[in-house]
Amino acid sequence: MSGPNSEYDPVEVTSLKSEEVTAMRDAALAAIAGARDLEHLKQVRLDHVGDRSPLALANREIGALPPQARKDAGQRIGQARGRVSQALAERQAVLEVEHEERMLVEETVDVTLPTDRRPVGARHPITSFSERIADVFVAMGWDVAEGPWVEAEWLNFDALNMGADHPARTMQDTFWLEPADAALVLRTHTSPVQARTMLTREPPIHVICPGRVFRTDEIDATHSPVFHQVEGLVVDRGITMAHLKGTLDHMTQALFGEGISTRFRPSYFPFTEPSAEMDMVCFVCRGSGRVDEALCRTCRGEGWIELGGCGVVNPRVLIACGIDPEVYSGFAFGFGIDRMLMFRHGVADLRDVFEGDVRFAQPFGVEI
Amino acid sequence: MKAPLSWIREHVDLPADVTLDALTWRLTMLGLKLEGVASPADDITGPLVLGRVLTREPEPQKNGKTISWCTVDVGEANGTGDPQGIVCGAHNFVEGDLVVVCLPGAVLPGGFAISARKTYGHVSAGMICSASELGLPDDAFGGADGIIVLPADAGAPGDDAFPVLGLGDAVIELEINPDRAYALSVRGIAREAALGFGAPYADPAARRVPAPNDAGHPVVVDDPAGCPVFVARTVTGFRADAPTPDWMARRLTQAGMRPISLGVDITNYVMLELGQPLHGYDRDKLTGAIRVRRATAGEQITTLDGQRRTLDVEDLLITDGSGPIGIAGTMGGETTELSGTTTNVVIESAHFDAVTVFRSGRRHKLPSEASKRFERGVDPELPQAAADRAVELMVELGGATDDAGVTVVGQAPQRRVVTIPADLPARISGLEIDAATVTAHLTAVGCDVTADGERLAVVAPSWRPDVTDPYDLVEEVVRVVGYDQVPSVLPTTPPGHGWTPVQRLRRRVGLTLAGAGWTETISYPFVGEDDWDRLGLPADDPRRTTLRMANPLNNEEPILTTTLLPGLLKALARNVGRANADVALFEHSLVCRPTGNERAPILGVETRPSAEEWATIEKAVPSQPMHLAVAVTGQRARAGWWGAGREGGWADAIGAVRDVARALGVEVEVRADAVAPWHPGRCAAVRIGERVIGHAGELHPSVCRAYGVPARTAVAEVDLDALLEQAQQVVPGPTFSSYPVAKEDVALVVDAAVPAAAVEAALREGAGELLESIRLFDVYTGPQVGEGRKSLAYALRFRAPDRTLTEAETAAAREAAVAVAAERTGAVQRA
Repeated sequence: MSGPNSEYDPVEVTSLKSEEVTAMRDAALAAIAGARDLEHLKQVRLDHVGDRSPLALANREIGALPPQARKDAGQRIGQARGRVSQALAERQAVLEVEHEERMLVEETVDVTLPTDRRPVGARHPITSFSERIADVFVAMGWDVAEGPWVEAEWLNFDALNMGADHPARTMQDTFWLEPADAALVLRTHTSPVQARTMLTREPPIHVICPGRVFRTDEIDATHSPVFHQVEGLVVDRGITMAHLKGTLDHMTQALFGEGISTRFRPSYFPFTEPSAEMDMVCFVCRGSGRVDEALCRTCRGEGWIELGGCGVVNPRVLIACGIDPEVYSGFAFGFGIDRMLMFRHGVADLRDVFEGDVRFAQPFGVEI
Repeated sequence: MKAPLSWIREHVDLPADVTLDALTWRLTMLGLKLEGVASPADDITGPLVLGRVLTREPEPQKNGKTISWCTVDVGEANGTGDPQGIVCGAHNFVEGDLVVVCLPGAVLPGGFAISARKTYGHVSAGMICSASELGLPDDAFGGADGIIVLPADAGAPGDDAFPVLGLGDAVIELEINPDRAYALSVRGIAREAALGFGAPYADPAARRVPAPNDAGHPVVVDDPAGCPVFVARTVTGFRADAPTPDWMARRLTQAGMRPISLGVDITNYVMLELGQPLHGYDRDKLTGAIRVRRATAGEQITTLDGQRRTLDVEDLLITDGSGPIGIAGTMGGETTELSGTTTNVVIESAHFDAVTVFRSGRRHKLPSEASKRFERGVDPELPQAAADRAVELMVELGGATDDAGVTVVGQAPQRRVVTIPADLPARISGLEIDAATVTAHLTAVGCDVTADGERLAVVAPSWRPDVTDPYDLVEEVVRVVGYDQVPSVLPTTPPGHGWTPVQRLRRRVGLTLAGAGWTETISYPFVGEDDWDRLGLPADDPRRTTLRMANPLNNEEPILTTTLLPGLLKALARNVGRANADVALFEHSLVCRPTGNERAPILGVETRPSAEEWATIEKAVPSQPMHLAVAVTGQRARAGWWGAGREGGWADAIGAVRDVARALGVEVEVRADAVAPWHPGRCAAVRIGERVIGHAGELHPSVCRAYGVPARTAVAEVDLDALLEQAQQVVPGPTFSSYPVAKEDVALVVDAAVPAAAVEAALREGAGELLESIRLFDVYTGPQVGEGRKSLAYALRFRAPDRTLTEAETAAAREAAVAVAAERTGAVQRA
């Protein structure tokens, strides 16, 4: 490096000569153009733009020039450095794009790899289906009522017009609890929840009661000692069988699709009079009994599916529960949730519902 | 109840165009539900004719069998009138027998086509049929051991066999509900058919009966409440060994009863026809008068089924001088039963109290055709007609002589009058039904109706003891109008409250666990004493205080469970057994925690229970809290191309409970505990404040072995109700600072026995309000910290709500935290 050119003497500074500056500039531009990648360009930047690059060094020599020469030299160097910086920036941008493009190619993964890192859970379809059924009624303004599984015999039977010697008691094979004078049973139906509801609130009553029930049925593909029912009860002034029909029509359509109609057949239950069995049009074959020429498997070709029992609440039940039948009337119905789940979803074997094999619940997810 | 159509049609003149389908549907819509139709002839296409065996040549065969080469007269049925040559393999017939011949061209059930074919060196032109080949019960027509051999007078060769065999006579089976006992008879079914089609009906019970006199077999009824009516008729000279005529045997078989002997068959036939159960006694075996009374303690009887039974003082008995000869309405005794040598018969046609018969039937586990009818309610005005019908058949078919003696004790109770407002059926059904229609329909079902202003006084017919209430009459009217006429109307519902908070929270618990990879199961709540041992519960564990079922399905599991773990572990083992190694299950269900003093009252039903009575019911029903349990084995995080998996264990079980608590907004505290069935060093008590609501951790190895689940299986069980009680109903909106965070890590060395929770609590307290969060990110044990010591590394984040913290502030908070930890837990900062 030359010392400060304090006293004037038109000294020639070689590096500031026009040809030299041009040469340095061209060398820098050539190096920039030749930079292969960002790494290389970084080196080029050091070599040609850095503090020790020829242009930077030459720039420092400007002071060595006589004042009248400095302007020219400064301009020359400035232009050259500007040119180089611009080229560098341009090259940088080009190489960055190239770099990213290359990276994107190199970083390619096999997106078809499995992604099941976390185990999947599920709710039991009986739980979610019970909720779904109850939701239909909640949407109509009903409340959801519940009761215990171990129930007083009086609530399970007597209050529902099934005295000790009622033949209908033998229709529901009951688990009795010890000792014999405990007068406790595992509830054979969700109907005691009706009685509990009527005994603890005033009409108008609109409740839906899904729940677990128990009967001494041996286990097979369609029977289980533990199963689930959903019971509905309405007690109000002026309630009729027509209201029962309207309500159940609405429920079947909400659960099985528009246009699914129902029909009543006379039946018998001690706690309702008149009593009916309710059938609904098969939601698969829509009543024709056939699917693609073959017998409909859901309704076995009958065109109808039996849903369960219903009727007008027997005034004797109202009386036992302290409701004046001269003022109020009601309707009630009870259906098997497991059975509905089975035909709605084509579940072939009821045992699957209770065995706890996770392969049963998992396809149903968290909602039905 | 099964009945052949021909029998029903005998009593109702149905229009000719009423199809079987139309009839059964109408009956179903009247309340007699069709269960099934059996009509064997559907599978048979003729020609099927009667034939008389002319010749029968037995021909032994090389294979050891003997076949018979027969010629059979089939009249003109074969078109030629010549005898038909047929090879037959059966041996139960002789020349001259009347048999059933299937001629070439016929098709039998199963698509079995009959043609003339060469066999055993003959051309066999048809087949002599057995009952089973025609789709009839094996033992129909005495054909159990070969072909059907008909009575000689059953018809002539060449006659169509269909009517003779009852083929083509559909048998309909109806489900009869307990309120329609009258339909457990052809009389009742025919009546309903008549009602359904407005067809003329001939009541088979409408017969002139002889007046009672004193010349009959003496009968004393000590218990008129149990036996309001007892009719005894007598026949003499009855040929008990006379064959039951074919038509009767066929009808009994069609109705599902087995023909036994003429006397018994006649009583059964009359029961099927009229609905009145009868019993026949061999009069020569009776000792003196028949007496109807309750049993005395310890009295015994051998019933017709050969069982020696000890009687209960509530049992109503038919007795004679020798003692009990029958349980009223349930089953007769052995000593006086009709036999092949009986010539003098006493026919019992009585009305018994339904409850008495129901209880005897249940007590002695003796369901019978008779008790089925009595316990549901038989027409009390039937006994005389039924007895008379039996006498008629014994005279006609058994050559008996009707004895002049007619004993009638007691009389049918007065028919009941039920009064209803004429508009009640309309009000209850939602149908428009005027008073005239109500009257007409009630009259059609057999009621006597008298209008009294707006009200109708209705006398129900004698065969309808079930009709006691106004609503019973509503059902009668509506079923005649037709249930299919009821309109569909949605009721007006006042606004409801929707799901209760607890119900919504339970849904949240399920969603939380399912979202965290747990799968819900439903188990049976039945366990055995053995389960308590497998769980290793100590003798005084409260979970051993249980309710038992008196009649469990499985004697090994008579207990209602007090914990969800047995069911969950069995489900877990089942999954693992089915080659699913990674299983995480949860269940929320009720458990039963009795005190042992549960005694529920049987209250009256005439009025609402008083508050005290209701309280006794509520108190008697055992506590049934809802529990939540989880069980996990195998990997909780899967291995894969991303790296290793993570085995589930005690921390997952505790974590599940914490997840649920967090979802409910409940603060739970976890402390070390040691209770069964958990590993004593890996068991956590979960507490809300001071209350322990459950436990979680790894199972004791012996419990894993006992339930056949993999080692290190982890479980948790908590009282879900207790958690839900504390759930935060309204989450307060959070406030948080946007000033910079200051992060500080501290590593503390403590004694290995010091719980991490204690160290964290101390740090929290010491750090004060500036502490935003604290997280344990490493636990180290090893030579660097020394034997019996562990290092806990915490990441602390500090932030102030209103300013950027200075380094000095942060350092001071950190130092304060460490100081409290040192003081409380002996923690030393790791160098």
